[in-house]
Amino acid sequence: MENLWQGLIKALQLIISLDPEVIQIAGRSLWIAATSCILATIVCLPLGSIIHFNKFYGKRLLINILQTLYSVPTVAVGLFVFVFISRAGPLGSLGIMFTPIAVIIGQVILITPVITGLTVSALSGVDKGIAETAVSLGANRLQKMILVLREARYAIISAVIMGFSRAVSEVGLSLMIGGNIKGFTRTITTAISLETSKGNLELSLALGMILIFLALLVNIAFNQLQHR
Amino acid sequence: MTLINVTKLTKEYDGQCILKEIDLKIERGEAFALIGPTGTGKTTLIRLLDLLEEPTSGNIHFDGIDVTHNKQQRFEVRRRLSLVQQKPIVFDMSVYDNIACGLKWRNEKSNVIEQKINNALALVGMNEYQARNAKTLSGGETQRVAIARALVTEPEVMFLDEPTANLDPNTTLKIEEILANIKQEKKTALVMATHDMSQGQRLANRIGVLLDNRVMQVGSPNDIFCLPQSLDVAEFIGIENILPGVVTERDSELLTVKVNSHSLQVVSHRMVGEKVYVLIRPEDITFAFSKEKSSARNSLDGTIKRMTPLGTLVRIEIDCGFPLLGVVTRNSAEELEFKIGKRINASFKATAIHLIERWY
Repeated sequence: MENLWQGLIKALQLIISLDPEVIQIAGRSLWIAATSCILATIVCLPLGSIIHFNKFYGKRLLINILQTLYSVPTVAVGLFVFVFISRAGPLGSLGIMFTPIAVIIGQVILITPVITGLTVSALSGVDKGIAETAVSLGANRLQKMILVLREARYAIISAVIMGFSRAVSEVGLSLMIGGNIKGFTRTITTAISLETSKGNLELSLALGMILIFLALLVNIAFNQLQHR
Repeated sequence: MTLINVTKLTKEYDGQCILKEIDLKIERGEAFALIGPTGTGKTTLIRLLDLLEEPTSGNIHFDGIDVTHNKQQRFEVRRRLSLVQQKPIVFDMSVYDNIACGLKWRNEKSNVIEQKINNALALVGMNEYQARNAKTLSGGETQRVAIARALVTEPEVMFLDEPTANLDPNTTLKIEEILANIKQEKKTALVMATHDMSQGQRLANRIGVLLDNRVMQVGSPNDIFCLPQSLDVAEFIGIENILPGVVTERDSELLTVKVNSHSLQVVSHRMVGEKVYVLIRPEDITFAFSKEKSSARNSLDGTIKRMTPLGTLVRIEIDCGFPLLGVVTRNSAEELEFKIGKRINASFKATAIHLIERWY
């Protein structure tokens, strides 16, 4: 218990003094997760719209599969990407194993089902009359889709936040294909995992607090956006 | 050329027939009202005409173009139409942006958009609401924004589905005034569905009566309300005296029609022996205590059975071998001391009676 207490104090010191290593690791976590989130969003919004606005055989099943993939284990995604980008894999020649790019690819795959699935439910939540009113006012297909997306913007922002949260908090995937290389692919979660096993609880706690603090900041920012 | 020409239009949902073989023509710039009780398919017809749904069978031509099924043509023609729904849906954005949508989608320039929106807002009296989020407006305000939004694209036809059904009387009056202004100032044809007959009468040049999923009669307000062609229409428009009779004599245009034991004089073109319904509007009946000298050819004595106050009027039901309904002003009812059980005389002109065919 004393350990924990001292650890907390040390952690606060590390944060307040803007310890370079802590800041660097936190910054890396943030930009890797943010990049993954932005890339995934660019893919997921059109994908979710296409799924929502079209009738096709197996639509229900596809949505069910997407929802199941919300809880896919991060290590499973890590393994999947690992197979592709390891030296012997089909994309081995790219040499991206144990780089931030590998982590970003993994995270995009991890959160695509989440953002896509939640985008579909966000769009389903929009009053059917909105689309119809748009059509009656002369909107073409694309204009109608953009309007409905706009009407669903708050729910879609929540979807993106969910995606970001999952990316920034995962550890299995970053360890497996990022390699936790100091100064290169070490993120908050992989650092916590390592430092804890080394017995360096202060650093772990400091990083843990920063992670929660980051999550809080992101949520506050998006909340501000919603209430504008 | 007729703007909208509908032939044998039928719409079914899951095998249930909503509209049956509708034939209808809408002319450029006219004000047309579809009247009928709720659940007769008015909304469905409006949605078919606005090209939001495709008919099960039949054809729709707009300005000579067949727009029954062809997707591209339906899209292009839809941009020449607009619709104000019964419960208009506004987008979660400012009033200005709501109205701008249709113009932006048609790639109008922003200075043109601004000008047109200002004009449209002025017409519905909502200029000061421009910046408000449309979701925060009241029912009547939402309706006005929806009208401005539908009007701003200068459609050739504007459809209105029950434009005042959910509004209080004052707001209704305001909306009707706006519609009357549009009718006067714009070239837009107005096609409105309403269950409020008097609204149809006030706003339209032509009325179509939709009953039991069919268009039963189309004509001027006067035709519909004074010369209904069928029992259903007569009942719907509220003609309360509907009496079965038979034509017994004919002297050029003057007929004698036997109703129970009474003979009524009627100006009409029916043949002797024809079975008819005799329709008399309550307001065409004059009551007095004794038979007066007047030009009215029909005069019947009866006993007052019931008196119902109706604002400044009193509805009087007498029994003269058959029940007959009429109205008098409250003042004359008091002056003449009408009371239940008293015997009075009812008279009406031979031209006040309208006959329709009776099949059984």
